[in-house]
Amino acid sequence: MLAALTLLLLFQLAGEAIALFFALPVPGPVIGMGLLFAALAWRGGPSAELRGTAQNLLQHLSLLFVPAGVGVMLHAQRMVDEWLPLVVALVASTFLAIAVTALVLRFLHRHEEERP
Amino acid sequence: MTPRTVGSIGEIWVYLAASPLLGLTLTLLAYQGAVWVNKRCGGHPLANPVLIAVAALVALLWATGTPYRTYFDGAQFVHFLLGPATVALAIPLYAQLGRLKRMAGPLLVALLAGSLTAALSAVLIGKLLGASAATLYSLAPKSVTTPIAMGIAERLGGLPSLTAVLVILTGILGAVGAQGLYALLRCRDPAVQGFALGVASHGIGTARAFQISEQTGAFAALAMGLNGLLTAALLPVLMPPLMRWLA
Repeated sequence: MLAALTLLLLFQLAGEAIALFFALPVPGPVIGMGLLFAALAWRGGPSAELRGTAQNLLQHLSLLFVPAGVGVMLHAQRMVDEWLPLVVALVASTFLAIAVTALVLRFLHRHEEERP
Repeated sequence: MTPRTVGSIGEIWVYLAASPLLGLTLTLLAYQGAVWVNKRCGGHPLANPVLIAVAALVALLWATGTPYRTYFDGAQFVHFLLGPATVALAIPLYAQLGRLKRMAGPLLVALLAGSLTAALSAVLIGKLLGASAATLYSLAPKSVTTPIAMGIAERLGGLPSLTAVLVILTGILGAVGAQGLYALLRCRDPAVQGFALGVASHGIGTARAFQISEQTGAFAALAMGLNGLLTAALLPVLMPPLMRWLA
């Protein structure tokens, strides 16, 4: 548990350092995820301990978004003033994006599987 | 510190709110309460745990006149874990390596289509209905995970903290509505379901996808990571000419 958590933090730290050094617009943890993925592919999979720790952490992924979500109270005024464009834009664009991604992927994937 | 007598509930609250303990404890309590409510509702997507926990906390902070800063002093310990949790997404992702390789081409095309749809449709609809420029810049990156979206909004000239809120709302919308939409589209493949949810609704969609199945979650995690990279590369190039064209 402790070793696995340290490993995750080390990969995050490496990601942050690379993002800073090359002035990348991508945040450190995402680069850290890419690095860990590459390491797993090279090593041939995670240890049982790392897999268990990741499972524990990801099981409560929703919890980790709560503090940022409560920040909605800082923008109450703007959200009241611009509620209509915000509501319509958020709802429509989210469902459009899901539908477009799913339909394109299903079309291409099916196409590929039908090829001999 | 000299011991002090505390007279009323209100004074006790003010005293406790000054330490990080209260914000942290309240976050964990609110979330576990929300998970309990979600279970009582048979895991219905409308009873989304993030939505319930955020609503309860906002109501409590408003009722007690506690500023967000004070709350976040405690809640930041939970917020911090987003970093290592993002890194940990590499593990379920690795478990799908075989399927990823086979589907790489279709996945990348679908990613590009979904990513552009998410950002451009939000900006166009917002503009059409009269949103301000700062709001539009904050809206554009709302489909990617919070830390990336905030960084993009800052570069574009939006309000990063507003973006954080719009990102969360987008995530909740996708998590709540995706399964209804998939039923409508007759879309059953867990890989397709997960990938689309991750493109449109980042980490919250991914959390929801993991509730559906491990494979759905892994494809959502992949989509979230890829869309973060792609949106961070595309929006700073696309948004300035788009905003000039719309002006």
